[in-house]
Amino acid sequence: MGGYFSDIFYGSKSLLIGMGITFREFFKPTVTVQYPYQTIKMSARFRGHIELIADEEGKPKCVACGMCQRACPSGCISLDSVSVDIEVDGKVKKKKVLSKYDLDFTKCSLCGQCVENCNFGAIDFSKEYNLASTRKEDFHFNLLKRLEERNA
Amino acid sequence: MSAPIQLRPDETFLLNVGPQHPATHGVLRVKMQMDGEYIVKAETVLGYVHRMHEKMGENRTYAQYLPNLSRLDYLGALGYTHGHVLAVERAAGIEVPERAEYIRAITVELNRVASHLFWFGAFVMDLGGFSPLMYAIQDREHILDMLEAVTGARLTYCYYRFGGLYNDVDDDFIEAAKRFIPRMRKSLKKYDALVSGNVIFRNRLEGIAPVSAEMCRKYGATGPVARGSGINFDVRKNEPYSVYPEFEFDVPVYHECDSLARYKVRMDEMEQSLRIIEQGLEKLPDGPIMAEKKPKTIKLPVGDYYQAVETARGSFGIRIVSDGDKNAYRLKLRSPTYSNMHLFDEACEGMLIMDALAFMGSLDLVIPEIDR
Repeated sequence: MGGYFSDIFYGSKSLLIGMGITFREFFKPTVTVQYPYQTIKMSARFRGHIELIADEEGKPKCVACGMCQRACPSGCISLDSVSVDIEVDGKVKKKKVLSKYDLDFTKCSLCGQCVENCNFGAIDFSKEYNLASTRKEDFHFNLLKRLEERNA
Repeated sequence: MSAPIQLRPDETFLLNVGPQHPATHGVLRVKMQMDGEYIVKAETVLGYVHRMHEKMGENRTYAQYLPNLSRLDYLGALGYTHGHVLAVERAAGIEVPERAEYIRAITVELNRVASHLFWFGAFVMDLGGFSPLMYAIQDREHILDMLEAVTGARLTYCYYRFGGLYNDVDDDFIEAAKRFIPRMRKSLKKYDALVSGNVIFRNRLEGIAPVSAEMCRKYGATGPVARGSGINFDVRKNEPYSVYPEFEFDVPVYHECDSLARYKVRMDEMEQSLRIIEQGLEKLPDGPIMAEKKPKTIKLPVGDYYQAVETARGSFGIRIVSDGDKNAYRLKLRSPTYSNMHLFDEACEGMLIMDALAFMGSLDLVIPEIDR
């Protein structure tokens, strides 16, 4: 019989301790970010989808070597280049110019190996994270076009 | 009005828990043959999130396989990547700078605490208490913020590279980690007072779902499940890897074999992980974070390689059979929860269904890691 009452005593005591903790938490400041109204800054290393980087003239730094394409585990980068004649010091030289850079973000796993494998610093992560859509096409990015839009 | 259904005394019925059931924490299906509220026989059905991770390992180069590893167990992803990089580094003979190994140990332990915190919250929620989940997530958020600042991702980190790391840690991270340790210790005390002593919690776990050490051996259970059954086995101690021999930490072992023992093991492990982080931050040497001599494309010599690491859920093993090519000939992942889960069928025979669900929570199942 003594065990019965001590169980009730210690049982209720443990519940009161718990309630005391939750009661104290009740008066602590709110830590939740009210998302659509408040946002937090993404950290500097945040890995979003990739974005082409422009040089001083506003042209993409990319030389279309295709290292990112080969490094990508998911095969979501496809790029193409055209050879253009340019004049350097009076001589006509052929140069590869990037003509297409498509990112299929539906497949991307954001591992960052494309950026790491780029020897020219031509791609970087964007800090965009509000990417929600009901259409698949919204995630097929034409990075060359996006770069032009940013330049304009 | 029809007459109420009368069951014969010996009649049983089949209860289907899952594949979409909150108690299974994912897409696990359990077929239970029930006699009233008692389980006669249970059968776990797997494969709802099978994504062919092993086969993908055979089709991708070793570096390309890195992001896959964090998608096995999304709560403690770094431990799995650690196993893979260690296996490949040992096979290819790449020497990792000391600083990189220390940072790996620190981040893995942080990730282990985050994983246990989430398990703690979800487990108590399974038993009907909601507030602890919120407190645990608040603490876990601090770890995720720290890891995000370093790795660039919150959950599916792809941080380790063969020969080192993707990024070095900065002073902010070290400061944040140092601030986090006392905060977490205070929280652990709070959890102890809030949950461990709670009479409802104890009555639901004490002496419930005994898993003997023999059963653990039979099914190959490792990690907190085995340590809650009195098996003193921790890969970090028994088969030391990385810089773990340099750290002083204990392996919590409980001999009660019940659900409460498994709970206590994980709660104690968090404290031990904090100790490792503390020592790691203190000893963190300066230097490079990437090996100097590293082949550009990694081709492993012909052979058979195995590396086991202690993840938050137990011993994770990766076996790579190489035929000298850029990708593995065969890649086998030995995932801890796969073995831990198979206890369930045998252990829950004759158990009440609510006890069985509490038992399932104490196993800490992460379904994508079981199905791979």
